[in-house]
Order: sequence, then C-alpha cells, then structure tokens
Amino acid sequence: MREIVVISGKGGTGKTSLSASFAYLEGQNAITADCDVDAANMHILLDADFSNRQDFFSGEVAYIDSDKCIDCGKCKTVCRFDAILLKENRHTIDRISCEGCGYCARVCPSGAITMHKQKAGDIFVSNIKNGATMVHAKLGFAAENSGKLVAKVKQEAKMLALKEDREFVITDGSPGIGCPVISSLSGANLVVLVTEATVSGLHDLKRVVELLKTFSLQAVCIINKYDLNKEMNKMIEEYLSTQDIEVIARLGYDETFAHALIEAKPIVEYSAQSQLSVTIKESWEKIKTKIRNQK
Amino acid sequence: MRVTIASGKGGTGKTTLSVNLAAYLAKHKKDVVLADLDVEEPNSQLFIIGEEKSCTTANKMVPHWDKSECTYCGECADICNFNAIVALSDEIIIYPQLCHSCYACSELCPTNSLPMQSERIGEIKLFESKGFDLIEGRLDLGQEMAVGLIAQTIDFIDKGYEDSLKLFDAPPGTSCPVIEATKKSDLVLLVTEPTPFGLNDLTLAVETMKVLGKKMGVIINRYGIGDDAVEAYCKAEHIPIVAKIKNDKAVAECYARGELVYEQIEHFKASIEQIANFIEDYR
Repeated sequence: MREIVVISGKGGTGKTSLSASFAYLEGQNAITADCDVDAANMHILLDADFSNRQDFFSGEVAYIDSDKCIDCGKCKTVCRFDAILLKENRHTIDRISCEGCGYCARVCPSGAITMHKQKAGDIFVSNIKNGATMVHAKLGFAAENSGKLVAKVKQEAKMLALKEDREFVITDGSPGIGCPVISSLSGANLVVLVTEATVSGLHDLKRVVELLKTFSLQAVCIINKYDLNKEMNKMIEEYLSTQDIEVIARLGYDETFAHALIEAKPIVEYSAQSQLSVTIKESWEKIKTKIRNQK
Repeated sequence: MRVTIASGKGGTGKTTLSVNLAAYLAKHKKDVVLADLDVEEPNSQLFIIGEEKSCTTANKMVPHWDKSECTYCGECADICNFNAIVALSDEIIIYPQLCHSCYACSELCPTNSLPMQSERIGEIKLFESKGFDLIEGRLDLGQEMAVGLIAQTIDFIDKGYEDSLKLFDAPPGTSCPVIEATKKSDLVLLVTEPTPFGLNDLTLAVETMKVLGKKMGVIINRYGIGDDAVEAYCKAEHIPIVAKIKNDKAVAECYARGELVYEQIEHFKASIEQIANFIEDYR
C-alpha cells in the first residue's frame, strides 16, 4: 500500500478536482481520503453515501458547576486564553476560547471545575460512485484539532487499504502549511503539488516545497492555469527545476473545472474524451509509474 | 470597526477582494488598515506597491527544562493536556510545537524547574502602501500554531490603529485559525463561488459564524459560471448578498500578474464600490 498526498499551499488551485479524478480513474484499487476536514468537498464529486459514521472526540473543555463554585476567581487568574467569563459576579466558561489545558480545574479550590471530552467532528467511511471506498470527515462547527482529525482519517484509510489489499491511498490535503497540512503529509510516499501560474501560486508553492524538504518527501507538480500568465509559468517551471521537482502536467485555464463541479462529477467522468481528461489520465499514469519505481 | 473577509473554501478571491477594497477605500481618503491573517500563506503583500517599514519577531512562550532542582516527579507530564512533555527517570523532554502556552506545567512545578521562555514562531511585518498600511503575519515553516500568531497580529493592529477601519484577510477553512481571525470582528464578509463546492463550504462557514454570533454578508465571485444554489441559500438564511462579481478571465489574468484589479476592470470596480458602501452603511 502506497500513499499519494495532493496538496497545494494556495487554496482553489484544483486539488480536489484532480484528486477526485485520480480516485475515479483508479476505482477499487485505491482508498480515497479527504483530509481537507475544514472544508471537505470530495464527497460531492464522488457521490459518497455516508453509510458508516463514527464520533470523533478530541481535546477537552472545562465546565464549572455553579453549585460548587465559590466565585473566588482563581481560575480566571490562571487562564491564559481569556476563557473564564465573569457575568454578574458569577464565573462561567467561554467554550470557544477554552483550549482545554485543564489548568483551571487543577487550581480550583472547591472542585467545581471538571474537564469534559469534546466531540470535535464525525468520521465517515462511504461507498462512492465507482464502487470504491472513501474516508472523510466533518469537523464540528467552531471545533478545534483539525490536525488530529486529519491523522484519524488517514489512519482509517490506510487500515482499510491494508485490510482490503488496495494498492493506493489517494489523499486530498488542505491548503496552507500549518497543523492539518503537516498532519496530512506524515507517512506519504509521494506528494503531488498542484499550483497555478499566478504570483500567489508561486509564492505559496515555495513555502510548501520548503516544508516538504523538512520531511524529505518526494514530490511532482501539476501546473494548473499555466496559460494565465506565461511569465509566471516560466518562473514556476524554473523554480521547480532547481528543486528537482518534475512537472508532470500543464493544464490550461479551463472552465470545464467549474462545469464538472456543477454536475457533481470528476472531470474525467464529466468530459471523458476531452483533452483536459486525457492530460489528467496521463498524469495519473505518471504518478503511478513514479511510485511503483520507488525503492 | 473590524471587518473580516473569510471564505471556507480556498481560492475564492479573499485576498484579491481585501487588497482591492483597502486600496479603493484609501484612494477615497478613508482611514483603513489591512491585516493579512492568512499566516500560513500570506499573499496580500504581493499585490501592493509598498515598502516594508518594520519587521517584528513573533514569539510564543514555552517551558524550558532547568534540571538543577528537578526531582523527576513527572507532575509536568501529567499536567500537560497536549502531550508536549515526556518525563523520563533522568530527563524531561519538551515538544515546543505541541505546546499551547497554558503555563500550567511551569507554574505548578513544585521545584520551578520549567521556566517559560520565548521561542520564535514567525514575524509580523508592516508595509506602507499608497494611503494605507498592510500588517502581515507570517508563520515560520514547520510551525503548527497559526492561532497564536494571528492573535498577536491582531494585537499589533489594535495598538497602532485604534480609529481605523480594520480589514482582516482571513485564512481559508472553518477551524481554529479562522475563528481567531473573526471572533473579535463586527462584520464577516464571506466570499464564495456559485458552485457546489462554494455552497458546501459557505454553509460550513455560515454555521461557524452563527456559533460565534457574527453579522454576515456574502460576496459571490465568478458570478455566472455556475448555478443559483448559493443565492437561494442566502435568501433562505436571510444573509444579504453584498456583491456579485462577474466571472471574467481578465480578472484572473490581472490577479496572476499581481496587479490591482479595480484600477483596470470597470465591473470589478463597481462591485468593490458596492462592498465599500455596504461597510459604510453598516458603520
């Protein structure tokens, strides 16, 4: 079992449209994981059935028992997150600001504060339109710990792939370089970078590539909207060649991306015969060859 | 007044709108400051013509082990709810990346063996552009705690720009960094696109903002490329649609070059005007 993680740094470059196309093409030989748990979208394109759901608990939140609380204010003095509110001389917890460190509960002299496990989201294992399986999640509204939820989604997908003897796990990552991204990169065999020929695309790509170096991960790149700005595209290609990252596909600015979305289909399903789909299929073959040739 | 420009889905046009709106308001003699709170991938500075005026190191406080008095009792590891401390029989190991700076281990250690010290997580830069300042938070690579840096960037602005209209360019998503970038704001403008992805992520963002009790407005970007489900949703939720920005490849090309769009494209300028008026009316 080998894991391919698709990330981009910048949002909206086409990560999910491409990951969903790869998943659609590979069928039951792959397990798909949507690790963009903040704004999960892949289930739309792959028609996930949400058939199996489990709760995801992560972190804790403090709770003050008003009967036991003597309003000494000790909790408020130790809290670094401004999570203890004082209203009409009574102390309560601001659940959104509470980080769950438990400091208040430890110093409370009357034992009024207890820590409670928080439900931070749901994890789903779904059947998708090509008969394959997908693992995805929904983060609770205003909940924390998306990094841990990402780790859980990945773990679930990998376990399924091992159990059912699938060759690949295709993981759609989230934008950025912070905790959910770092979490989605762990254990990847190959990273597919999706960028676009814009000043932001290049800027964000550089930061992601620097991040990959710290994990020593092998990467390839797909440049989307390469024809939006020829000069920018050239700079991206030059930068990638200095980093020894192969450009496996260049996709032109194409509203098919949006049209396929409206139909809730991966591009390779929506317009199977188009040049765009042919290029996507070729790039998926290149990714597979690359990963199969890894030692 | 603080206005956060957020989106749920990435790549919907938050930064383009934030920068153009700030430049437009400044040109019309408004006292405005822009903050780039997408600290993982800050891009606003790519679109302004301006000079870097200052750069401040942003730190977070983490415990450091002072072994001289340590009795290896293991209380610190037991206290830490974030698994950032491992206590061995002859060593205390601290993982600063996992630390939330709650101070509990440090202040509850019976021998004061874990003094808090500052550690760099990124930087806060001030750029001076035509008529407005841009404050950028930039997280160091490999750092995971975007939230702390976002909070510090907001503090920086609160101190220096009390009376200004503050525009916050938020990170994508709906989790902790977005909440930090919106929780003290008076108004949240959600940028979306008229596609199923746009709608799905807008719904998540709206539900999150409801939990926070925020006033909202929606801006539909790339209007005309998709369907009308986003409009129907806004109507059902009674959320005002502030502007509909026409789908136009010329806007994307302008953006690709890193230029201000409103100076070049008339329909885009009209939309920016609508957004500026909406904020003005709200004040």
